[in-house]
Amino acid sequence: MTALLSVQGLSVSFSTYGRTAEVLKGVSLDVPQGAQVALVGESGSGKSVTMKAIMGLLPQPPARIHAGKIMFDGRDLLTLPERERVALRGTAMSMVFQDPMSSLNPVWTIEDQLTTILKYADRRLGRDRDRRGRRARVIEVLSQVRMRDPERVAQSFPIMLSGGMRQRVLIAMALLSEPRLLIADEPGTALDVTTQAQILKLLRDLVEAQGLALLMITHNLGVVRETSNYVYVMNKGEIVEEGPTAGLFAEPRQQYTRDLIAAVPRLTGRVAL
Amino acid sequence: MSDLTALSNSYQNWYRFSRNPTAVIGLIIVVVSILAAILAPHITPYPDHAGAFVDFRNRHQPPSWDHWFGTDNVGRDILTRVIFGLRVSLLLAFVVLIIAVPFGTIMGLLAGYFGGWTEIVIMRLTDIALALPPLIMALAVAAVLEPSLMNAMLAIASLWWTWHTRLVYSMVRQIRALEYVEAAETLGASKFHILFREILPNCVSAIAVKTSLDAGFVILVGASLSFLGLGIQPPTPDLGTMVADGAQGLPDYWWESMLPGVSILFVALGFNLLGDGLRDLFDVEDVR
Repeated sequence: MTALLSVQGLSVSFSTYGRTAEVLKGVSLDVPQGAQVALVGESGSGKSVTMKAIMGLLPQPPARIHAGKIMFDGRDLLTLPERERVALRGTAMSMVFQDPMSSLNPVWTIEDQLTTILKYADRRLGRDRDRRGRRARVIEVLSQVRMRDPERVAQSFPIMLSGGMRQRVLIAMALLSEPRLLIADEPGTALDVTTQAQILKLLRDLVEAQGLALLMITHNLGVVRETSNYVYVMNKGEIVEEGPTAGLFAEPRQQYTRDLIAAVPRLTGRVAL
Repeated sequence: MSDLTALSNSYQNWYRFSRNPTAVIGLIIVVVSILAAILAPHITPYPDHAGAFVDFRNRHQPPSWDHWFGTDNVGRDILTRVIFGLRVSLLLAFVVLIIAVPFGTIMGLLAGYFGGWTEIVIMRLTDIALALPPLIMALAVAAVLEPSLMNAMLAIASLWWTWHTRLVYSMVRQIRALEYVEAAETLGASKFHILFREILPNCVSAIAVKTSLDAGFVILVGASLSFLGLGIQPPTPDLGTMVADGAQGLPDYWWESMLPGVSILFVALGFNLLGDGLRDLFDVEDVR
């Protein structure tokens, strides 16, 4: 199986105030078609920079990519002209945003926002869809993310929805233009754990049902276990360990991975009440 | 659960607004002033007194049933002239704000969103403009050109936009860091779309509050100008001019300056109350 997304030896540094910080030191990872891959690491390990590099959202300068390739569907994203790069974003590869509170514009209804995104995506893909077609697609995607009453949700302003519903709207947003790769940046961290578990289950079901590739970026090993079948562990800008999820949890080889697993809070023993 | 969406947003807003007595009083004052100004020739008791009318037998009459606000030094009905004077004040506020608000808003959007040199140039310009009192600017313009309503309006507008630039700038700085703006950028939305569809709608309530508060201030500045003889020229009735002319008859003919003065206060108060009411309604904090 060839990888849909393949990052090869990616090195990124940031230069500010005359000093240079090596943030990524030769990161390589593969996301095969239809696979669910997790990239896990603590804050500052470079996982978000990796994601931004893949999406082409690193501000350059101060960032500088000095080595490596990001192959997507057989093309190197780093050498692609800006126009084609933009055309891929939100269409072939799209992103589930992290914060359900600030990722939706409070002044427009859900339908307004989703149809606008769809309009832009359609325009870039040269697809022709009229208003009614766009609306139908929005309702369809909203029901895919298990909204009980998609029509009403579409007419709602973000403030009228709960955190979990908003997060599902964000997933719907990412699914709008039938992407092949979904990048999720810690979805649901802002939600309570039960809602987050539902969101992750939904995400996993959707990815499996539609055969999408998923790259999950998180610091939470519980999330990794829930949503992925292959894991990359990242520390200080390097991939320190990788392997199938089950194996990695059973027999972590690196001390860092063991520490990460040990750091997951457990509910054991008796609680004095 | 009843359907919340059925209760339309605008109705809810109106309900909350109507619960706020000062805001409603402000709205009534503003609406009545605007209507009176528009309908002035039809509702005033002596419409011909608005011009160069002279009736020396009736000069300096105190307020009475025939002349509610009394008459001035050439026997013209002051109430009539106050209502016609509102036209000038409101026209001034309208023209100044219709130039200053859109211009200031666009400059604020550009400075806040693009940053860098755009920001430095625009924001330093506002710093300079804010250091000049509008009244002094209008005096300078009137001295260089000639005292007229148009010049006064241009002078005030040329400084007033900076307040809106500052307000919008500070809001854009906050909004552009939010993820929905980043998401729009990611999707390759045009700058126009980001500025006017994603960011601007989030500033509208603050701009509306500021504009309403400003209307009161612009009217005051305009009245000060014509008090100094730099606004519209006689015989067109103007509140500031009337205060200045009437002041010569103080204290005996107090109504000739007091009542036009109170009228200015009344209109300015109306816009301020309305602005405060809107601020409570929209829950905007950082205006003024």
